[in-house]
Amino acid sequence: MTALLEHLESRRAEGHKLLVPYLMAGLPDASSFPGALDALLAQGDAVEVGIPYSDPLMDGPVIAAAGERALRAGVGPLRAVAMGAEPDSEVPRLVMTYYNPIHHLGEDRFCDLLSRSGYSGLIVPDLPVEESENLRSCAADRGLAWVPLVAPTSSARRVEAIVATATGFVYAVSTLGVTGHRDQLSERAGRVVAACREATDLPVCVGIGVSTPEQARAATAAADGVVIGSAVVQLILERGAEAAGSFLSSVRSALDGVASSS
Amino acid sequence: MKTGPVPDGQGRFGEFGGRYVPEALMGALDELERAWEDARDDATYRAELDDLLTTVAGRPTPLYEATRFSERAGARVVLKREDLAHTGAHKINNTLGQVLLARRMKKERIIAETGAGQHGVATATAAAYFGLPCVVYMGTVDVARQHLNVVRMQMLGAEVVPVETGSATLKDAINEALRDWVTNVEHTHYVIGSVVGPHPFPEMVASLQTIIGEEARRQALELCGALPARVVACVGGGSNAIGLFRGFYRDDEVRLIGVEAAGEGLEKRHGASITRGRPGVLHGARSLILQGDEGLISEAHSISAGLDYPGVGPEHAWLAASGRAAYESATDAEAVEAFSVLCRTEGIIPALEPSHALAYVLRSDEEDLVLVGLSGRGDKDVATIAESLGL
Repeated sequence: MTALLEHLESRRAEGHKLLVPYLMAGLPDASSFPGALDALLAQGDAVEVGIPYSDPLMDGPVIAAAGERALRAGVGPLRAVAMGAEPDSEVPRLVMTYYNPIHHLGEDRFCDLLSRSGYSGLIVPDLPVEESENLRSCAADRGLAWVPLVAPTSSARRVEAIVATATGFVYAVSTLGVTGHRDQLSERAGRVVAACREATDLPVCVGIGVSTPEQARAATAAADGVVIGSAVVQLILERGAEAAGSFLSSVRSALDGVASSS
Repeated sequence: MKTGPVPDGQGRFGEFGGRYVPEALMGALDELERAWEDARDDATYRAELDDLLTTVAGRPTPLYEATRFSERAGARVVLKREDLAHTGAHKINNTLGQVLLARRMKKERIIAETGAGQHGVATATAAAYFGLPCVVYMGTVDVARQHLNVVRMQMLGAEVVPVETGSATLKDAINEALRDWVTNVEHTHYVIGSVVGPHPFPEMVASLQTIIGEEARRQALELCGALPARVVACVGGGSNAIGLFRGFYRDDEVRLIGVEAAGEGLEKRHGASITRGRPGVLHGARSLILQGDEGLISEAHSISAGLDYPGVGPEHAWLAASGRAAYESATDAEAVEAFSVLCRTEGIIPALEPSHALAYVLRSDEEDLVLVGLSGRGDKDVATIAESLGL
């Protein structure tokens, strides 16, 4: 069992719903990023560190613009990985990155780097199960958790094949589309979670379009947790780490409400 | 190479190709692959497409003896006149095939990306013909330099969406089209314009463009009584080159030469992904990519919007690796010069993209029979050329 999974399972056993906030490395700027990351680590059960990339085709306007901003400030993939290395924190950190920076450095070397930098796992949104076998084995060799994505369009057969590769949690994509705010949680979220749940006992977290405490509460009626990205990034950029911290605290309260009533 | 280029079950041409896309698109790519394989082998689809290629696209396009240009080049040059196809470029071969397929798949909406605007116009044309709504993504840099084609697309009823992100050119237009497709995949078909993207797009687009090479081979034998010694085409994503090359894969004695955009020079800004790129993943496929030290995609540069792209189709990367095709490059300045030579020797105004292929032919000092893919006409480029020549 990976360290990430062990940690999430113990949180689950204590009756908690899981909160996994996301922040792109280097935001709002290089000097303020450590404080922002601390605000996420203080509230999250695990934290995703986003790697800025030139061609973020899964990302909506908020995270795409944030990535351009980080790149302009000189935060490339290697510096981004280094910025998220924080050996003091007990909370597991995962890297969320597009595939080409991994391919470029080499899958083995990239996993070495993550391992040395104290990360617990990785999420690669543009690498489907058919293309990820070698990277998964590189990750497994170093105890890094693999977190695959399941989409609303994934067939039952695909869901089964995908969740079989998960060694951290399963990332259930709530809706078709790119990252960013939606007025309502998609009604498809429940069906995606149910399909994952049918195929695995691992934690299932819902992401994409989860940006309010209410949406988080709704999503975790069936799921084990939520991933929140764009809402956190926007708060960090517009109002700072403290505002992001109190937002995540309100999400945490909403999740605890679900946990205690279920 | 003795056999035709068929990718394996994962869509791999050797070590290139594949499917590197978000999970949300995997189902749609499977569906597209099945529908394409079914249509490709179906007599009704073939007959419908053949009819469209004749009556809508105006095929076959001629093979043209460029007598006065040949004198300048010092070789016998014949031109495959895709500039005479409807809408002014080879792109129509692909869009008619894909929109016909989309209708067969009961898709209700068409999207596309475009660089030079030729693929956008050809998609808008096919969508108008079949009465389907059409959205075309186009970088703002290209919107400015290919304004004529923006207006043409709008007249044809397409919505042109300017893309401001990144380098605001073809690469970013593809990103935006992919974002649309991820969102609307269940009722939308993405008509990709070149032999790029995740499997099955590179193979499907190549198959639909192979008619260029099949006609050219037959016409060369009729016109010249021999196969050409060299077949030359410009390469951005590489669809006109693959279409032309595929007609000659089995003719080992025919040399295949792709010409990339050297832009301001290979030591400066350019679009020569095969000459200067490294293996990487862009837009859903593994190929040769212009990229920086950490795997960030570089911004390409070319005076021609259609070659201004930091990647190339995986089949080209494979042809380069296997040695079956060779890749050269021509600068912006060389392309503009070759453009002028063709205008004045033959009375043909070519697009800036194939002007790169013409530039290579003018530069090389071989005295053989050379067949050049004249992939499109140059109306769209008059403003760029006028500025470049101070007219």
